[in-house]
Amino acid sequence: MITLTEVLILAAIMFSISVAGIFLNRKNLIILLMSIELMLLSVNINFIAFSYYMGDLAGQVFVFFILTVAAAEAAIGLAILVVLFRNKRTINVDDLNEMKG
Amino acid sequence: MEFIAAYLPSAMMNDQTISQLPLALPEIVMLCMASIVLIVDLFLNDKTRGGTYILSQFTLLALVVITVMSFTQQKSIAFHGTFVRDGMGDLLKIFVYIVTFTVFLYSKSYLKARDMFKGEYYVLGLFAVLGMMVMISAQSFLTIYLGLELLSLCMYALVALQRDSIIASESAMKYFVLGAIASGMLLYGMSMIYGATGSLELATINAEVMKNTDNIVLIFGLVFVLVGVAFKLGAVPFHMWLPDVYQGSPTAVAIFIGSAPKIAAFAMTMRLLVDGLHGLHVQWQDMLIIMAVASLAIGNIVAIAQTNIKRMLAYSTISHVGFIMLGIMTAEKGGYTASMFYTIVYTLMALGAFGMIMYMSRMGFESDKLDDFRGLNQRSPWFAFIMLIFMFSMAGVPPFVGFWAKLSILKAVVAVDMTWLAVTAVVFSIIGAFYYLRIIKLMYFDTPQETSAIEGASDLRVMLSLNGIAILGLGLYPELIMGLVISVM
Amino acid sequence: MPSVYLWIVLAPLIGSIIAGLFGKVIGRSGAHWVTIIGVGISCLLSLVVFKHHVMDGGAVYNDSVYIWLETEGIKFHIGFLVDNLTAMMMVVVTFVSLMVHIYTIGYMHDDPGYQRFFSYISLFTFSMLMLVMSNNFLQLFFGWEAVGLVSYLLIGFWFKKSTATFANLKAFLINRVGDFGFILGIAAVLMYFGSLDYKTVFENVDKVSGLQMEVIEGVSWSVMTFICIGLFIGAMGKSAQVPLHVWLPDSMEGPTPISALIHAATMVTAGIFMVARMSPLYELSESALLFVMFIGATTALFMGFLGLVQNDIKRVVAYSTLSQLGYMTAALGASAYAAGIFHLMTHAFFKALLFLGAGSVIIAMHHEQDMRKMGGLRKYMPITWITSLIGSLALIGTPFFAGFYSKDSIILAVGNSDLNSWVQSYAYYALLAGVFFTALYSFRMYFMVFHGKERMDEHTRSHLHETPWVVTVPLIALAIPSIFIGAYFVEDMVFGDFFKSAIYVAPAHDVLASLPKDDWLSMVTHAVPFSMPFILALAGVVVAWFFWMKRPDIPAMLEEKFKWLHTLLVEKYYADHLYIKLIAPFGRWLGDKLWRWGDVKIIDGAIVNGSAKTVGFVASKVRNIQTGFLYTYAFTMIVGLVVLIAVFVYGWDKIISTLG
Repeated sequence: MITLTEVLILAAIMFSISVAGIFLNRKNLIILLMSIELMLLSVNINFIAFSYYMGDLAGQVFVFFILTVAAAEAAIGLAILVVLFRNKRTINVDDLNEMKG
Repeated sequence: MEFIAAYLPSAMMNDQTISQLPLALPEIVMLCMASIVLIVDLFLNDKTRGGTYILSQFTLLALVVITVMSFTQQKSIAFHGTFVRDGMGDLLKIFVYIVTFTVFLYSKSYLKARDMFKGEYYVLGLFAVLGMMVMISAQSFLTIYLGLELLSLCMYALVALQRDSIIASESAMKYFVLGAIASGMLLYGMSMIYGATGSLELATINAEVMKNTDNIVLIFGLVFVLVGVAFKLGAVPFHMWLPDVYQGSPTAVAIFIGSAPKIAAFAMTMRLLVDGLHGLHVQWQDMLIIMAVASLAIGNIVAIAQTNIKRMLAYSTISHVGFIMLGIMTAEKGGYTASMFYTIVYTLMALGAFGMIMYMSRMGFESDKLDDFRGLNQRSPWFAFIMLIFMFSMAGVPPFVGFWAKLSILKAVVAVDMTWLAVTAVVFSIIGAFYYLRIIKLMYFDTPQETSAIEGASDLRVMLSLNGIAILGLGLYPELIMGLVISVM
Repeated sequence: MPSVYLWIVLAPLIGSIIAGLFGKVIGRSGAHWVTIIGVGISCLLSLVVFKHHVMDGGAVYNDSVYIWLETEGIKFHIGFLVDNLTAMMMVVVTFVSLMVHIYTIGYMHDDPGYQRFFSYISLFTFSMLMLVMSNNFLQLFFGWEAVGLVSYLLIGFWFKKSTATFANLKAFLINRVGDFGFILGIAAVLMYFGSLDYKTVFENVDKVSGLQMEVIEGVSWSVMTFICIGLFIGAMGKSAQVPLHVWLPDSMEGPTPISALIHAATMVTAGIFMVARMSPLYELSESALLFVMFIGATTALFMGFLGLVQNDIKRVVAYSTLSQLGYMTAALGASAYAAGIFHLMTHAFFKALLFLGAGSVIIAMHHEQDMRKMGGLRKYMPITWITSLIGSLALIGTPFFAGFYSKDSIILAVGNSDLNSWVQSYAYYALLAGVFFTALYSFRMYFMVFHGKERMDEHTRSHLHETPWVVTVPLIALAIPSIFIGAYFVEDMVFGDFFKSAIYVAPAHDVLASLPKDDWLSMVTHAVPFSMPFILALAGVVVAWFFWMKRPDIPAMLEEKFKWLHTLLVEKYYADHLYIKLIAPFGRWLGDKLWRWGDVKIIDGAIVNGSAKTVGFVASKVRNIQTGFLYTYAFTMIVGLVVLIAVFVYGWDKIISTLG
């Protein structure tokens, strides 16, 4: 039997990987978007785990909402990416420093 | 399996839920109207685009009327504990409408001059307002999250509205990525708290938290939730998006981001920390102190080094957020009242300052450099005077209303025996006064770089003047807003 | 009534704001219309208030109209105290101001700063009204500083003229000296009475009157004397009493309408008004009263001398103003507040008239102010001539004219004062002698300008003509009260109970009550032909006529013979030298040393510049954190998160013990 702690640790590891992906990656913006998706998935696992082990459905309902919103978010993220690429001809994270200070 | 019943469609539309619908009347109206504006806009061409604008403004005014008519001090929770209607929420919503109305009015000529006078701006703006309304009335993690995302997604799109601008698309990307991280963290925190308390509803969570305040999972969750809140408010060290977004986005969008969402963020903070996690106030008080002091310090100091006025206003926002957090930090009614007053006053001042930038800009000229304000007094003494009011008020000089906002926060902080914190806040405000006064110096004592008269639309001029007079008038009669705020708290 | 009071104050303010901020939009005529309408409303309503309080005996109004802040028992209110004294001041201020507004249309006709000027004088009217209508010390101080500020702005109105900027700097600095005393006085009031409200303070004078204070250890002063002298030093600055008088003659660098309004009729009398308002305090300190009387009498006599040697037409009038202010002050010292205020009122009319008359001459002479280049103007400018003659006659105290009644009352009051001291007899003789010299210099000016040889150049002469109606109408409007107002009010104000509760005189000091009751006619019959003031004034006129019309060689000869005296007068008793060559350099030397050592090294070096530099340095460094790179931003957020987790989940104490 898989315990709650084990699932939570899995989620925590996924969360950490996504965080690392966000600030270690200096090349492709799409990897950033993927990391964000991963972060939301780790949250989903958390919710489902709690929901399952506590026998409360609300957490799972929340997950459906998160999934929906994540889809919308990805759509907007990609749209912005396209706009950015059209303007700058690059989606390199390192090139995004017009504004600073 | 009785708990499932609450979430099944057949159970959802029971009589009780239907009878609660009127409580959400403003939200329902806003949803319908935003959709109508979206559809109507499809049938308009560039010549008749004014229709979209008028319809949007009408919607906001109608909502002011609806909310004022149905204004209630009584707290009623509806829709299975996900939605709350109370005096604080109603008052904040009214200010959101008024502020958004002003934003739309200020932006019209700016958008027209840049070929951005499109339906998207208004539709996205109205949906963002709906998101704010949901946030303000949220009583469960689910509604907070949905409101927040509805607001944020609209904002990301708005920032990228100027499709041919490099800095706009860059700032949209930054805003989007950081915002997504912040909501990821907020969700992670929510899942922790859900795990520790077994509920998503704030009232239930609060009851559970009271039973066991030492739960490590709870505190873990609290930290993550607070990161989400701090990001939305723009507190240090979660403020990095703010200067870039203010600078990069078109001023018509920056004024929106810089005003109404702060009211919603304040409400979200109040709902989460006070309604939901008051049992942990010993912990979040300390966290807020750290972030507030850091915000005051970074905001006020870095603003001095800026040459772009939008960027400077971003740092000034960060420092104002520090003050707002100080009020909430007290965990006392007096502090909440002061914070709410401060938030409302701040949005009015931010509106004015951004409005001035748009008033001075014209086609091909953004007027967002500090130097563009040189010698404004010679070009337009009246609007130099109006800008002087905004700057003095932001710096907290009496008799302008900004002074009362700062004073009420300081009073609340001193009342909980944290005089050192009040002194720190005053010291940083004095440092901050420098960059506000520098603008006044530029306007009154420097010679203008260009002497051409400023052409501003007459509705913009009138509204901007009213905005300035309001700051002065409210400074002379602070009771007008303070009384309202006290009555709903 | 309260809304009427409010409108009296607000109308000029609104006019000023519109003219100041929208000057370009409304144009020149817009600017003068809007301000004249504002002040006109104010003047009309003031007359209504005057009727209500004085004629109909309306009750004294004393209330706050707006509460700004109340903290620790100290109230920051804006409130009005309107009694007969205030009502009279309001009429004087608004009427003279209205006349000056109209006159300005003509005087400033070609000036590029037309709108700015109207904005300033309306702002001045607002500030002056706030000052006289105040019911508390804080608002008094606000009005006091506000009129000072506008005066400063207006003296330097032609800021491209270096003498003008010097003069306004001088006025500003000298007034700061006075304000220092004023603030000390107000601070002492707050300290001992715990309130800044007039009513509260006056009701509690008995509790404070016996107290002593030690500012310097071992030397104890009566608190009341300290307060009164402190406040009076403020009055000395504002009302230009010796030795803080030096700014007033220089203030003539400003445009003439300003000299009439601010530096003759209204602002400079604020000090007199203030002392009269504070009469319940002054009555409790004989030392303060003697001090006031001494300063007043000295100013009255010695400033009169200086008028004799001036050749600038405006400066003669300026010195006569100084001297007349001295008369008012001396009356205050004799507890004859009513006589002082009465003279203030009559003086406001005839001195504004004289200034505007001088201004009219200056316009006709193409901005030439030297009297040696005038003469015989009577023919060319009949209205200016006749009104100036009326003004001069009123000034020297010719029977039936306004000045006669007020000045004679003052001299009588000081002569009969019960204050038992050498100061009283000194003051009496100084004031008497002053009458002669007033007549002498006034008529010297009158003869030099309007009679005798025409000494101007041919070009000017050919262009001489009477000034336009906007100039002459105010002259006529001011000439009428200059004749009649004294006779009309003397019975009520000096011998009657005009001011009622507004002025308090201790029974022991009540010198006016001890005078024989006269009416306007019997006062003249008592004076003519054998009273001293009358004889002296007559002598002054005759001597002036003889010296400057009949035998112009005599003054020249006297000047030659008493070279040292003439130089002394021309150099204004070396008062300017004292300030500029001695006190200012000493102050600068001291300041320089303090600056070099205290300021530059410690305050500036370490604290101000140091901190400004530090802040700037820190700002330039801290902004580097904002690298512009997305991953730095994300990283900062994560660092923030980790720190919060570390502190709150792991715990402070554990972190510290791990590190330690």
